[in-house]
Amino acid sequence: MKSIVNEDVPVAQAVTCFHCGQPCEETLWLDNKVFCCYGCKTVFEILNDNDLCEYYTLDKNPGISTKAEEGVFAYLDEPDIRKKVIGFDSPSFASVQFNVPAIHCASCIWLLEHLERLNSGILKSEVNFAQKSVWINFNPQKITLSTIAHLMARVGYAPQIRLEKETKKKNADYGLITKLALAGFCFGNVMLFSFPEYFGLDNSENSLARLFSWLNLGLSIPVFFYSANDYFRSAQASFRQKQINIDVPIALGLIALFARSTYDIITATGPGYLDSFTGLVFFLLIGRWFQNKTYESLAFDRDFKSYFPLAVHKLFRNEWKPVVIYDLHSGDQIRIRHMEIIPADSILLDEKAYVDYSFVTGESKPVKVLQSDLVYAGGRLIGQPVTLVVEKKTSQSHLTSLWNHDAFRKVEESQYKKIIDRAARRFTWIVMVIALITAVYWYFISPAQMWLVLTSVLMVACPCALALAAPFTYGNMQRVFGHHQFYLKNADVIERLATIDAVVFDKTGTVTAGQKPDIGFIGELSKEEYGWIKELTSYSTHPLSSLLTKFIRETSNSTISEFKELPGKGIEGKINDHILRIGSAPFAGCTEKIDSRSSLVFVSVDNNVRGYFTISTLTRENIKPMLDRLRDKCSALLSGDNDADRSKMAELFSPSVQLLFNQSPHDKLDFIRSLQSQGKKVLMVGDGLNDAGALKQSDVGIAITDDTGVFTPACDGILHGDQITQLDNFLKLAKSSTRILKTAFVISFLYNAIALTFAVTGHLTPLTAAILMPVSSISVVGFSSLAIKSLRFKVEPA
Amino acid sequence: MSLPEGGEVYHMNIIILLIGISLTIGIIFLVIFLWSMKSGQYDDTYTPSIRMLFEDKKKKEHGKGDK
Repeated sequence: MKSIVNEDVPVAQAVTCFHCGQPCEETLWLDNKVFCCYGCKTVFEILNDNDLCEYYTLDKNPGISTKAEEGVFAYLDEPDIRKKVIGFDSPSFASVQFNVPAIHCASCIWLLEHLERLNSGILKSEVNFAQKSVWINFNPQKITLSTIAHLMARVGYAPQIRLEKETKKKNADYGLITKLALAGFCFGNVMLFSFPEYFGLDNSENSLARLFSWLNLGLSIPVFFYSANDYFRSAQASFRQKQINIDVPIALGLIALFARSTYDIITATGPGYLDSFTGLVFFLLIGRWFQNKTYESLAFDRDFKSYFPLAVHKLFRNEWKPVVIYDLHSGDQIRIRHMEIIPADSILLDEKAYVDYSFVTGESKPVKVLQSDLVYAGGRLIGQPVTLVVEKKTSQSHLTSLWNHDAFRKVEESQYKKIIDRAARRFTWIVMVIALITAVYWYFISPAQMWLVLTSVLMVACPCALALAAPFTYGNMQRVFGHHQFYLKNADVIERLATIDAVVFDKTGTVTAGQKPDIGFIGELSKEEYGWIKELTSYSTHPLSSLLTKFIRETSNSTISEFKELPGKGIEGKINDHILRIGSAPFAGCTEKIDSRSSLVFVSVDNNVRGYFTISTLTRENIKPMLDRLRDKCSALLSGDNDADRSKMAELFSPSVQLLFNQSPHDKLDFIRSLQSQGKKVLMVGDGLNDAGALKQSDVGIAITDDTGVFTPACDGILHGDQITQLDNFLKLAKSSTRILKTAFVISFLYNAIALTFAVTGHLTPLTAAILMPVSSISVVGFSSLAIKSLRFKVEPA
Repeated sequence: MSLPEGGEVYHMNIIILLIGISLTIGIIFLVIFLWSMKSGQYDDTYTPSIRMLFEDKKKKEHGKGDK
């Protein structure tokens, strides 16, 4: 945390805001209290005026920094949208539920439950802390929906508007608990009525035994038809697809046990096994519930951390600043540059734009969009930068699904997935055959035992632990990578990463970085022309363009038209009727041969070469130890620039590494291909701009980004520039996770094999089988999570 | 085994009555549980515990509408 103290007021270091508790960069005073910004001060004033300062006594600095711009909520009053958001509506009474992610403490609850003091139109508000939502009853004649939202935003609790209602998951959970409760109730009572049976009854009390049997049957019917119906439905669905899934043996076992017991009771030949049957369903459901809970808690982090931080430029009080896309809200103004992805459905403010929707539709011809047209998330801008207004917030998962679009899928499917799919299908058949043989055997040895043994075998052999091992191991690994700012497209990439034996680097933006470059200009340019250059380079996302944009101080108010970016060559644009070209020597029209130790960027105005920038970028810190650790895996450096840096690079890389300069994007692609034809698994590390083809061709392509994520769907992973020094560790981690996965496979196989032996020989009751089954899956999942966690501590940067 | 006929019938009746009562009570509790779950009493187990600690010094202008 850094805090810049206002020079005029000699206050102590680390002054924190009375409202939000954040360090204050500039201080504002009111009532002897310090505030970090006008937003926080306003919130305090509102609360103070309305006698709501108890807010501050419940928790220390409970406020949320309101530095972020307030959203615009006017659209909430549109009848269509209002209908979707509102829960109940009548002329004088309406209720609405808002999601408020900012809820975090007792003060939040207190304030949000006293909203009626801020506006008398609000009748009542109630917080649900677990869901981070507020239920508000209000009088629509006195207050509009948008005013409520605006009011909440003003006190720091901006509601998040989601138009799709997400209630399905909650209901599913309730369904399970209802089934569980019913099964538990019936199981307990069936056991009670089975007591006489357990102790042995006199023949004289036969009629009582019959009564108990019938009661048991009555209690089991809801268990069979309601509590256990998920298993039957899933089995039925798999039959319809002419396949057999892992629920089939369970369903069969349940049917066998229930049918046999019913037959026994109706024909009065025996008491049946209904205690086992109801218990079985009860424990199966407990297992399922527990599994759900475990997976939820393990998987929760993933949603937030393993997604790459795609950033866009958003307008903050006349200044463009990069923000992460999940901080975008409707109404925000964003600026998108050439080749950047539009992160949310937005409306175009500029006159026109060309958008390439190939990630969404597969059609790569750019579409022309006119002013105030809607642009859909996932389109890629071609040409001039444009300004857009966000219409609808996008979920990160939407973009991730674009990333996983077929067009960017590598041909080879995950090997483990194939193995598991095949194994699971065969496994089920094998289980059925074993169960059949066991049943026949027991029919001759002890027919009374046959049904129980058959059920145990069917229960215990369930291969779900096997099926869960891979997604959990790789999913967890993906999370660990995400923690270190290495974001993978999907879990399959880890599997491929583990097999890599050749690493190819791009130079600009990868091995060299943009920090503190040494930039000079040789030639002559006017101040105005400098400004033009800055304007033009700001349109491009190439690392050298960003360096120049940062370097040039002059600004220009003119705008560029006819902007073009030619990968590997340069950028071109028209400004004040002058054609400006910035890029390589041939592109700018320079025929001279210039020897230099730096990268050269030529500038031409109206086809006259005006000179060139010399940019010597420094190599990233601590990259050499990483390259040394990679040893012979590191096989080449490909650069699109001239060989000015050759000697510098030769020092960095070991002599066995090929250093290739002046490589066009196509040359890079061919180089990767030739390595692959030698049977190597190639990892390509590049900036994703002029090596997109190579990234796609390689077995694993990683794009390096520094501040903003230029989204390159052709790559398999996005790595933050600072973390490139950890590259060898990432490869090692990928290898270890493959080892962990194999171990998990062995464990779950042993589980099944041992338990099956016990079941076949009649030493395992169906009840124990029902308990063992979820325990085995949970232990396998737990093992892989713990193993990954221990790895993570080992590999933490030294 | 020298219980008279009538004794056994008497036992049976008692047992049937007890079973009836125990099942009824069990079902009542089951229904209560299911109802409480459906009505959302387990949705949020945190806020109510905080809410009851708030000292309400507000003037009684609104009718209290607490659940």
